[in-house]
Amino acid sequence: MSSAIQNLVNQPYKHGFVTDIETEAVPKGLSEDVIRLISKKKNEPEWLLEFRLSAYRHWLTMEEPSWPNVVYPKIDFQDIIYFAQPKSKKQLASMDEVDPELRRTFEKLGVPLHEQKMMTGVAVDVIFDSVSVTTTYKAKLAEIGIIFCSFSEAVHEHPELVKQYLGSVVPSGDNFYAALNSAVFTDGSFCYIPKGTKCPMDLSTYFRINTEGSGQFERTLIIAEEGASVSYLEGCTAPQFDTNQLHAAVVELVALDNADIKYSTVQNWYAGDENGKGGIFNFVTKRGLCKGVNSKISWTQVETGSAITWKYPSCVLLGDNSIGEFYSVALTNHLQQADTGSKMIHIGKNTRSRIISKGISAGRSNNSYRGLVKIGSRAAGARNFSQCDSMLIGDSCGANTFPTIDVQNVTAQVEHEASTSKIGEDQMFFFAQRGIGSEEAVSMIINGFCKDVFVHLPMEFAVEATKLLGLKLEGSVG
Amino acid sequence: MINKGSKVLLEVKNLKAEVVVDGVGGVEILKGVNLTVRAGEVHAIMGVNGSGKSTFSKVLAGHPDYTVTGGTATLEGKELFSLAAEERARAGLFLAFQYPVEIPGVSNSALLRLAYNTLQNERGLEELDPLEFEDLVQEKIKVVEMDPSFLDRSVNEGFSGGEKKRNEILQMAILEPKLAILDETDSGLDIDALRIVANGVNSLLTPDNAVVMVTHYQRLLNYIVPDYVHVMDGGRIVRTGGKELALELEARGYDWVRAAA
Repeated sequence: MSSAIQNLVNQPYKHGFVTDIETEAVPKGLSEDVIRLISKKKNEPEWLLEFRLSAYRHWLTMEEPSWPNVVYPKIDFQDIIYFAQPKSKKQLASMDEVDPELRRTFEKLGVPLHEQKMMTGVAVDVIFDSVSVTTTYKAKLAEIGIIFCSFSEAVHEHPELVKQYLGSVVPSGDNFYAALNSAVFTDGSFCYIPKGTKCPMDLSTYFRINTEGSGQFERTLIIAEEGASVSYLEGCTAPQFDTNQLHAAVVELVALDNADIKYSTVQNWYAGDENGKGGIFNFVTKRGLCKGVNSKISWTQVETGSAITWKYPSCVLLGDNSIGEFYSVALTNHLQQADTGSKMIHIGKNTRSRIISKGISAGRSNNSYRGLVKIGSRAAGARNFSQCDSMLIGDSCGANTFPTIDVQNVTAQVEHEASTSKIGEDQMFFFAQRGIGSEEAVSMIINGFCKDVFVHLPMEFAVEATKLLGLKLEGSVG
Repeated sequence: MINKGSKVLLEVKNLKAEVVVDGVGGVEILKGVNLTVRAGEVHAIMGVNGSGKSTFSKVLAGHPDYTVTGGTATLEGKELFSLAAEERARAGLFLAFQYPVEIPGVSNSALLRLAYNTLQNERGLEELDPLEFEDLVQEKIKVVEMDPSFLDRSVNEGFSGGEKKRNEILQMAILEPKLAILDETDSGLDIDALRIVANGVNSLLTPDNAVVMVTHYQRLLNYIVPDYVHVMDGGRIVRTGGKELALELEARGYDWVRAAA
């Protein structure tokens, strides 16, 4: 691979700064006492503490999964801070009370906390370390019955909803990291769209890990009642530390009859340096339940960060005629590893799903697609289409595809397509010979490759994603 | 045809170049090539496999596999070897590839427009928006008798050999280079495609530009008639003549030139 190709992939991480802010943290380590302490600090009801403790007891019996196609040193779960929050004395009444240092941090990241300054009309919930610092446009949304707030707030303000749906899609003992999250989650976003309501603006959560040695365990719960619809965006960054940090989130989506949830992620956690030092371990469980008839859940993700990505946003298609979609671009560079994909579980009749996965590997990274399409015995007329494409940049990276298809109904139709391609020196020379510089050429090739996914992102996110991929690959192709 | 007084476009003097293998140079392919191309001229470079003719075109265009070890080359007086490949292209050097690459997901029209607008910027001219560009490209596509549906398809993806070569000439028609080098553009073409490609090139010839064809066969030269025919052998141009030289070569073979050289 030419040095020009190398140079284009190697752009330094821009969000690697640390905010100097006083935080309050529970000492390192995990035990029932730590969980009780977290629960107490958050002034939680007894049922939630019980939920945590039962998850913790279950977790103790579980093994860390070893099947993903990733390699990393064993995690010492006693060496993690499970709770850190910016020190603030009281509940914030308005945005102006947000710590100026914190506000500057988010402005630096391009997330203005002032509602007046927000041009895009996106409501934002901001999670700093484990705690939601602010939620914008809350009052306006409340007028039409939409609840959009931090998870902690929902626990106190809307306990019946939280109690009804928490763990209903991802049970507390679902998998190792989901169990860990259920035991120690500290905050996250909660969103409830009432019957027949179309959410008038995109809702967005911005996650930031700041404290060294802390894990981030947030919980997102989105409920769309009958006929409701919502588009939800999630963005993430973290400072540059030499140590690995664990991010084990759980996202649960519930769509009732005729409801529609669109969930988009641009993940740019710190990925470690070019020698693989530091970076986030992103071990996330995301699942949506199409509970009602004609409901639809659509996941779109652009994964560019994290040292290791382990996540499979999935849809359980329970309601008849429900639709699940997964559109993904996963880019890995340097020594990043990604094992990501989707699960589509067809239970109801005439359920449909679509998986479009684009993996881009550069440097010495390893990028795997792993997917499951399962058609249950009652899912007459179910259909799935999957397409998994891999692109290699240079000759030191790897791409893999592990699709699993399990069909138990003869009337189902399942299609799977896969391809592998490479940005070669010949392509780059072709662009150069037509007068086009290497950065523009790579950007054009990558965007062409990802086109089928980008069209599903909300406009501003699509622009951001395009730029981000360009930055991540700068210096790697030439 | 030949106008000794016209402007020199390309001037190559004693060009030597090595092929780079795994980042290391070593094997000298071009061993002192001299060539002068003036505006309005058509040149053909012929020779056996391995004589260095394709290498010559790639070296001029700046392919990263080759290192120039001696000599000079200028395009309209500009020193080519001090320019990056894309700068040479913007200066008016065009290479029609022997094996055009496929670019999945990138539409032909998007590529053409980016290339065209990059050039417009270079020349200090206005960029064309997609609609204006559409008008231009619809006009140019007639040159190569291509169906407009090719514009929306990914660059060269699923194209036949002939369609790829026509697509190269379409790019040439859009970019209007000063000097176009056609690297074995006739290889893999059936007789109809050859005629279309040749007609396309002929229609693009003006008194201000020039074409250098690299080819094995005399066949192409029946359609695009050269002013000069050069025979390359062992990394040098060993003989130069008019179009009749190609016919003589066809009749007597390359050994004849070697023996005479």
